[in-house]
Amino acid sequence: MSSIDAGRLAMHAKRKRMNFVALALSLGAMSFGVFWLIWILFETIYLGIGGLTLATFTEMTPPPQGEGGGLANAIFGSFVMVGLATLIGTPIGILAGVYLAEYGQKTWLGSAVRFINDILLSAPSIVVGLFVYAIVVAKLKSFSGLAGSLALALLVIPVVIRTTENMLSLIPNALREAAYALGTPKWKVIMSVTLKAASAGVITGILLALARVSGETAPLLFTALSNQFWTSDISAPMASLPVTIFKFAMSPYENWQKLAWAGVFLITVGVLLLNILARVLFKNKH
Amino acid sequence: MDAKIETPVGERAKLSVRNLNFFYGSFHALKNINLDIPENKVTAFIGPSGCGKSTLLRTLNRMFELYPEQRAEGQILLDGEDILSSGEDVSLIRAKIGMVFQKPTPFPMSIYDNIAFGVKLFETLPRVEMDERVEWALKKAALWGEVKDKLNQSGSGLSGGQQQRLCIARGIAIKPEVLLLDEPCSALDPISTGKIEELIHELKADYTVAIVTHNMQQAARCSDYTAYMYLGDLIEFGPTAELFMKPKRKDTEDYITGRFG
Repeated sequence: MSSIDAGRLAMHAKRKRMNFVALALSLGAMSFGVFWLIWILFETIYLGIGGLTLATFTEMTPPPQGEGGGLANAIFGSFVMVGLATLIGTPIGILAGVYLAEYGQKTWLGSAVRFINDILLSAPSIVVGLFVYAIVVAKLKSFSGLAGSLALALLVIPVVIRTTENMLSLIPNALREAAYALGTPKWKVIMSVTLKAASAGVITGILLALARVSGETAPLLFTALSNQFWTSDISAPMASLPVTIFKFAMSPYENWQKLAWAGVFLITVGVLLLNILARVLFKNKH
Repeated sequence: MDAKIETPVGERAKLSVRNLNFFYGSFHALKNINLDIPENKVTAFIGPSGCGKSTLLRTLNRMFELYPEQRAEGQILLDGEDILSSGEDVSLIRAKIGMVFQKPTPFPMSIYDNIAFGVKLFETLPRVEMDERVEWALKKAALWGEVKDKLNQSGSGLSGGQQQRLCIARGIAIKPEVLLLDEPCSALDPISTGKIEELIHELKADYTVAIVTHNMQQAARCSDYTAYMYLGDLIEFGPTAELFMKPKRKDTEDYITGRFG
């Protein structure tokens, strides 16, 4: 065996050892993370299913120490406010994202909007809640579902802006040029070609924003407050799952604690389903 | 370079390029180009990478205007009307001067809609006539037989060569007068390339065709006139057979014989 071969073998053995160490470290790090995640999921499912009955979906939130009761008003309130927040936030987010990607990439206004949006994206949600409290709740002198929706919409908007812009900038310029080459006006290029090509990514962004806000508690505390009863009046205080969980989990009453776990379970499953849906949609298109 | 105007003898000029200079920011990419592109003929542009042949093609339909740092000076006359300074909407100019690009770019919609998309921009046709137009364009592009049973399927499901013919069909469906082809075969296999070259040959009956190509055999096979460009200058322009058999200039000869480039 020549000296070159011996050297190669030695190098190879060293690389194998390095590879083993690196693999062991990354596996260790991964299992540490997954361990806690699985524990959380296990606890949620174990305690959540225990608290879950048909009454959870049909009855209102109960008084303390009573028997029975459910989360129907909180589930409904969450749906209404998250739905309204999506209706308000999605069009604004998509339009702003289109502006950033297609019109204002290099303008100072584009850069300023992008910078402010980044700040909004990482702003603590409690700040958003206080902001809406100051400009809506304090002015109208009433907590309301509408104020809650506005606070959630303010959290939806930056996520949708960011994903829309990112997805549009992934569309190759060749596709835009091909559309322009036919004599297509700019708005039509965006509507029929680029936005359509990016639609899977944009929808995924909306679903992920939905998943994010459906678990938000802080922005609802000072805006929608909560409500012990069923209401579909968005100008009145409205119950929601996260706030109800917050209230019930902190209480010393056993029936409330049980319902809090049921609520945690419902939110976890809901968010999980939204994430899966987003993945499936994105995959089908790519 | 002398600023002599290259005009093919005995042909009607469809597009006339006059004193054209082009800039990418401060980079001078086309230097005083003067030539006539004859009607109902295929004109090929050859030259090494970076010689400005694609840039020239992209000025002919004002595609460069999408990028604010690019600008053109001079005149480009379409049937005698300057399209660079014209007040006419650029969409209408592009409807007359179609373009097909290097990479196939099917739109994210069905095969049928890929063709109908452009037509709908300029014409309101009843369904039957639109069907006829789509069929006509696909037949012209030699694609009808392969896709007639799957017009509602997505255009991106086709093979690369089929996608490129779809793009050609899309371009001719709006009935332009000029067709610009920017290296239309560079991403295709020899069989698809052969089909597209045949197609180019047939298209010149109805259209004026300008093609940019890296492949000199392709220029020799399918063009009537050839322009050789180098570093932003138009070096030689003439009938393809003449330019390839007995080039007038040494630079051209070196390039086409492979001694350079």
